[in-house]
Amino acid sequence: MKPVIEVTGLTKTYGSGDTAVHALRGVDLLVMPGEYVAIMGASGSGKSTLLNMLGCLDVPTSGEYALDGFPVSELNERQLSLLRNRKIGFIFQSFNLVPRTSALSNVELPLVYSGLRRAARRTRSLAALEMVGLSDRAKHLPNELSGGQQQRVAVARALVTGPAMLLADEPTGNLDRASTTDVLGVFDRLNALGRTVVMITHEDEVAAHAHRVIRVDDGLIVADDRRWVGVA
Amino acid sequence: MNFLEIMRFAVRGLTANKLRSALTTLGITIGVAAVILLVAVGNGASASITASIQGLGTNVLNVSPARGGGQGAVTRPLTAQDAHALVDPVGAPDVKAASPVVTTTATATYGQTTYDISSVTGTEPAYFGTTNREIADGSLFTTEDVTAARKVVVLGPTAAQSIFGNTEAVGKNVLLNSIQFTVVGVLEAKGATGLQNADDVAIAPLTAVQNSLTGYGNLNQIAVQATTADSVSLAQAEVTAILNARHGIRAGGTADYQIQNSEQLLATRTATTDTFTVLLGAVAAISLLVGGIGVTNIMLVTVTERIREIGIRKAIGAPRSAILGQFLAEATMLSLFGGLLGVLIGVVGSQFTIAGIAPVIVPSSIVLAFAVSALIGLFFGSYPANRAASLRPIDALRHE
Repeated sequence: MKPVIEVTGLTKTYGSGDTAVHALRGVDLLVMPGEYVAIMGASGSGKSTLLNMLGCLDVPTSGEYALDGFPVSELNERQLSLLRNRKIGFIFQSFNLVPRTSALSNVELPLVYSGLRRAARRTRSLAALEMVGLSDRAKHLPNELSGGQQQRVAVARALVTGPAMLLADEPTGNLDRASTTDVLGVFDRLNALGRTVVMITHEDEVAAHAHRVIRVDDGLIVADDRRWVGVA
Repeated sequence: MNFLEIMRFAVRGLTANKLRSALTTLGITIGVAAVILLVAVGNGASASITASIQGLGTNVLNVSPARGGGQGAVTRPLTAQDAHALVDPVGAPDVKAASPVVTTTATATYGQTTYDISSVTGTEPAYFGTTNREIADGSLFTTEDVTAARKVVVLGPTAAQSIFGNTEAVGKNVLLNSIQFTVVGVLEAKGATGLQNADDVAIAPLTAVQNSLTGYGNLNQIAVQATTADSVSLAQAEVTAILNARHGIRAGGTADYQIQNSEQLLATRTATTDTFTVLLGAVAAISLLVGGIGVTNIMLVTVTERIREIGIRKAIGAPRSAILGQFLAEATMLSLFGGLLGVLIGVVGSQFTIAGIAPVIVPSSIVLAFAVSALIGLFFGSYPANRAASLRPIDALRHE
């Protein structure tokens, strides 16, 4: 079975010369399908930079990254957007729903960009909303939903294309305890169904849901603690 | 990502900020409407002048004294004898008629009513035929009236209406600058001829007008009618030969008169109105350009405002082309909608008379203005759209 994420010697440097900031200083990482990974680290440790690289939102300074077998560094802009669309479901700390657009339309958005027909889009989006328990909120606008509900819409949007993995950047950072439980419950269910999940967090309770905890400090992986290995 | 989806996103983007979209559209609307309307006004002015000159007849030559008069040479006035000499079946076979004309203005008084007639013409009966005037009521004056210098007058319908109201004019006596004339006829209406109202006239025998109003000086013009429209240039050559002989002008000398045919008159007048039309069109085009810059401006604001949204769309896999398409579609919709509205306003507006001119729409101006407005959307929208599309997703997402 091929790995979802295969990273070797990944570095990222901002600026140059004396003022250069080394956000990542050579990261190696292998994530297999079905894993549930939490990346932890203090702010400024480079964990967000790492996640942005994994999500193809940012380009590394050097190093190799293969996503589901595709060599990311060799792809052009168009192929990258295709990869983001098909292989990655991104979930942000601040939800990032498109404003003035209903929950259903938000979930449909990635499918629009992948060129799916209207009827098929509707069915799949409703199924995704069903999975996060929000089918009764399909017509609501983002500002009519609570934070937890907005984040669940974002999760539905991330999983609607059937991506190789979900990437979550502090998904519960802006949520209260009850909403956090809701969202993590969704993650647990998805992972139980075989979906790969990689998330950033700095809360231990949140990380406790994951089966593997990676600690990042000063641009390097300092600990990789496998409590449970999925399908190795 | 098909065309329809791009359009749907664009509509959603535009309706999110209705007032702003409406105001931007207004800029284009005004520009397009101005182009269509102003070009139509210019064209209308030119059409009315053309019509009035053609109303004079295409077979008419107009002989008038040279302006500035022959530069030191002895200048002879144009006289009635000159006019009569032009009607010569041998020397000028292509001249059908020639009428001496003097024009002046006069105040008409009838009872308590006074009225300033804008043109009082003294001439001979052939003039009516040459200028295509028909009698509506009463009769024209005759050659005998001219010979006897009888003080009779034929009024244009506007003048008759102004002096006599709705009462019968024929047979009444009217004072023209205190000289009593008898109205013998009223002319058929001919309408405004661009610069002057052909119906606000009084036409009387040449001798009577010279006797009582103008004196026996230079004629203002000799109206020459050629036998057919095709023989105008032949007639012009014959008239030139006869007048040169009578005025003692040698070959190569400067004539003390000038001859204009209606074609030349038309050419000079249309050249003037064409300049006028180009000027109006240029002003309108500038306003269209300003409208286009408005579109760019608003699209730039929109892109800046929605950088985060662009980042989200890119993060979930929107290709560059989809973002570019969405913002280009928004800009083009703004300007196309504005253009359509402008065409509508332009077309409706040109049904009304503007500044005394009935506008005549130039169909190509509609096509042009509309096409330009569509292009404006594409052209002026492409810069902001490109900026949006080339944003890196990480930068766009980090934007606050």
